[in-house]
Amino acid sequence: MEHHVESSTEVTFHHPPGGSDTIKRIIKTTVLLSVITIIELGLGLWMYFLHKGEPSHGLILAIKGIIVILSLAKAFYIVSIFMHLGDEIRNLIMTIVVPLALFVWFIIAFLWEGDSWLNLRNTDGHSRPKTEQRAPEAKKPGVE
Amino acid sequence: MATAQAQLDTKWWSGGKSPFNVEYGKLMMWYFLMSDAFTFGAFLISYGTIRFSQNYWPDPNHVFNAFPGAGHANLPLAFVSLMTFILIISSVTMVLAVHAGHHMDKKGVIKWMAWTIVGGFAFLACQAWEWTHLITGHHAVLIDGKIQEIGTTVTHNPWGPYVPNLLHNGEPVSTTGPVAFGGYFFGITGFHGFHVFSGVVINIIMLLMTINGVFDRKGHYQMIEKAGLYWHFVDLVWVFVFLCFYLI
Repeated sequence: MEHHVESSTEVTFHHPPGGSDTIKRIIKTTVLLSVITIIELGLGLWMYFLHKGEPSHGLILAIKGIIVILSLAKAFYIVSIFMHLGDEIRNLIMTIVVPLALFVWFIIAFLWEGDSWLNLRNTDGHSRPKTEQRAPEAKKPGVE
Repeated sequence: MATAQAQLDTKWWSGGKSPFNVEYGKLMMWYFLMSDAFTFGAFLISYGTIRFSQNYWPDPNHVFNAFPGAGHANLPLAFVSLMTFILIISSVTMVLAVHAGHHMDKKGVIKWMAWTIVGGFAFLACQAWEWTHLITGHHAVLIDGKIQEIGTTVTHNPWGPYVPNLLHNGEPVSTTGPVAFGGYFFGITGFHGFHVFSGVVINIIMLLMTINGVFDRKGHYQMIEKAGLYWHFVDLVWVFVFLCFYLI
């Protein structure tokens, strides 16, 4: 096995190949990812049953928030354990992760934009007061 | 542990060393994946913007409630959970292939790569079924005062609010929903499916190279690691596609 250490001059220190520890870590991560997914599905089904009644807007938003956080946790485990980014040198991790911070601005700015668009739509470009805001209701076909 | 200590004590930027301690190819794969993350992110954020701008958006539990062979049974989230687990499992078999590669275990690499490819094909088959079901599954929609049967495409959306007290062949009739729904769904899941497909092709090439003993002759299985990074990224993107289209 030693010969593969010399084969690449691009790597100064080789990680020693992991043994049964690595397998254990993979199994642990798999279980974790599966459990998180099942919780997400459970929350999704809960929302489905809530939607049959008149759910409070705040509760739905809270469930969606939890699902987003759980998805971010899944993303962290996939990148850190399965893609072994957690085992790389800190400087390398930073060159990948720091640019992704742009997403913070990206998401806030564009969802804000979408909300503003909705506002303009419902007030005819602010020519109407916002209090009239309501979703257009479907007409009964027999009436027309 | 001696290696870890040596790593900590090393002056990485004093020359003569690889400052990130990885191969060029692997580093570039990481940067490619980062840029690809922005591409997918831009698509998903644009979808979010349009969805925020609409008064009405179809409920995913209502649109995606079918399961192959289950007829018209209402099974929200069932099929997409199957797809999600297929992708998670194929990600696990990929890690195991990389792990076998670290140990120069050719047989192990072949076995786990083969399972990863099977998982990839299974996912693509699921997606093909889902697309077909959406496009060909017609629903009664009231358009210009007439009831029409339309499927979900990039130009048609039958998933609008229901028309009260109107039945057509015993089924409730809806109005048309926001037309962007189909475009975003087929565009983004299609782009993801294209990544899965190219990942499967890459994995097949890696499997053939392993069988032919290319990596044994090279003395390392780093190509499997690079293919593995791409495959895990496909799984990572699915986490967010699953979140944005099916869960919330």
